Amino acid sequence: MRNKAEVVIIGGGITGCGVAYNLAKMGLTDVVLVEKNFLSSGATGRCGGGIRQQFTTEWNIKLAMESVKRFEKMNDELDIDIEYEQGGYLVITDDEKELEEFKKNVKLQNKLGLDSKLITPSEAKEIVPYLNEDNILGATFCQSDGHAYPFRVVQGYAKKAKEMGVEINKFTEVKSIKKEDNKIKSVVTDRGEIKTNIVVNAAGAYSREIAGMIGVEMPNKPFRHEILATERYKHILDPMIISFKYGIYFSQQKHGEIVGGIGDPDEPSSYNIKSSLKFVERFTSVLGKIVPAFKNLNIVRQWAGFYDVTPDAKPILGYTEGIDTLIQANGYSGHGFMVAPRVTELIAELIVDGKTSMPIDELNLKRFEGETVGEVYVVG
Amino acid sequence: MKIVCRCEDVTEEEIIEAIDQGYTTLDELKKHLRVGTGPCQGRTCLKVIEKMLAKKLGKTIDDLKKTTVRPPLKPLPLYIYGDEDEE
Repeated sequence: MRNKAEVVIIGGGITGCGVAYNLAKMGLTDVVLVEKNFLSSGATGRCGGGIRQQFTTEWNIKLAMESVKRFEKMNDELDIDIEYEQGGYLVITDDEKELEEFKKNVKLQNKLGLDSKLITPSEAKEIVPYLNEDNILGATFCQSDGHAYPFRVVQGYAKKAKEMGVEINKFTEVKSIKKEDNKIKSVVTDRGEIKTNIVVNAAGAYSREIAGMIGVEMPNKPFRHEILATERYKHILDPMIISFKYGIYFSQQKHGEIVGGIGDPDEPSSYNIKSSLKFVERFTSVLGKIVPAFKNLNIVRQWAGFYDVTPDAKPILGYTEGIDTLIQANGYSGHGFMVAPRVTELIAELIVDGKTSMPIDELNLKRFEGETVGEVYVVG
Repeated sequence: MKIVCRCEDVTEEEIIEAIDQGYTTLDELKKHLRVGTGPCQGRTCLKVIEKMLAKKLGKTIDDLKKTTVRPPLKPLPLYIYGDEDEE
């Protein structure tokens, strides 16, 4: 392992590997990435792989749209099959108030150039023949939304970064970070010390622990989110179906399995990552109302991962007040994978050019000292 | 050609190639090749793959990083998990 680097990235998920790739692409290859487990072992490798652009804030919509442009070219750019499919996202509701919100959101999304639209229950049934349209009032649909295989995207980023000269160290755990007069000096791992000036904190749900190593307090909290996969079936579902009200999402992957989850509003913040029976019961109960026939599918596997949640459900990006060369890239609150292609480019720009092509100032850690407007479209 | 993972049709050669590419744990092989993620839940193949990994890496099976066994032990239809709203 190298003992010095211009930049040390902590975390080998979509964010860390994406930053490594984009730094190298911009010509900065004196970079070492450290990951305590295997690449994508955390939230990235455990998530549903959904790629959605239907958000409620201008910044998130733009970021997601820019990311989709990059996902569309990724197979060629990374020379790997990321199993990307644009089957759309069908956002359903049975609630009049929520339907009114949908209208407002679609207006904003259309203004920004997104191809989302409001549709009737019978139009939704044309997209998903198994849908029980009696249980919904309306929906929004965006054809260019979709999903990919997160593990593969991470492998692609890491492989290309390595080819360009970045060192990627998996199974390497950060033990401490040394500083002098508020300047970072080195990162100490269980496999040796790396002298560096700049650290990127891309440790997902463990970011607050990493920041804590040099006395920086962060508001991020880990929350367990459970997920399951069925056996493989012939193609029966095009879009990802989600409901913000019930917190459910599910889609059919390229290999045929249905993967889905449901959030639990009563889940306390913790590092508990065990699977529960209660989750499958809740998932099945809501699934049965939306697509009754899917209750006959066989579940083959369930697991869990962490949402790295901030008080306003928006990520924490950029410099850290007090220790400028600690760059934050965490707090995605359950939608990190889908915006990573663009976010990691912005983080790389910040490091290489000192400025970004899209403003990220309002996502700085210090925003939590004042008032902030939250993203409400969080699912799962 | 020897099939190691029967649920996902993965051969011995593909597994050896993946280990050579740097997928050196059961978790990574599961994600890369889908071995052990089919209906048999890895009952047939994971023991064989552990042996292959240990041999390739010059380690004992006990030294290898373990993979988490995911519920359910056998595929089950979702409806048997019940639905409180149903009669």
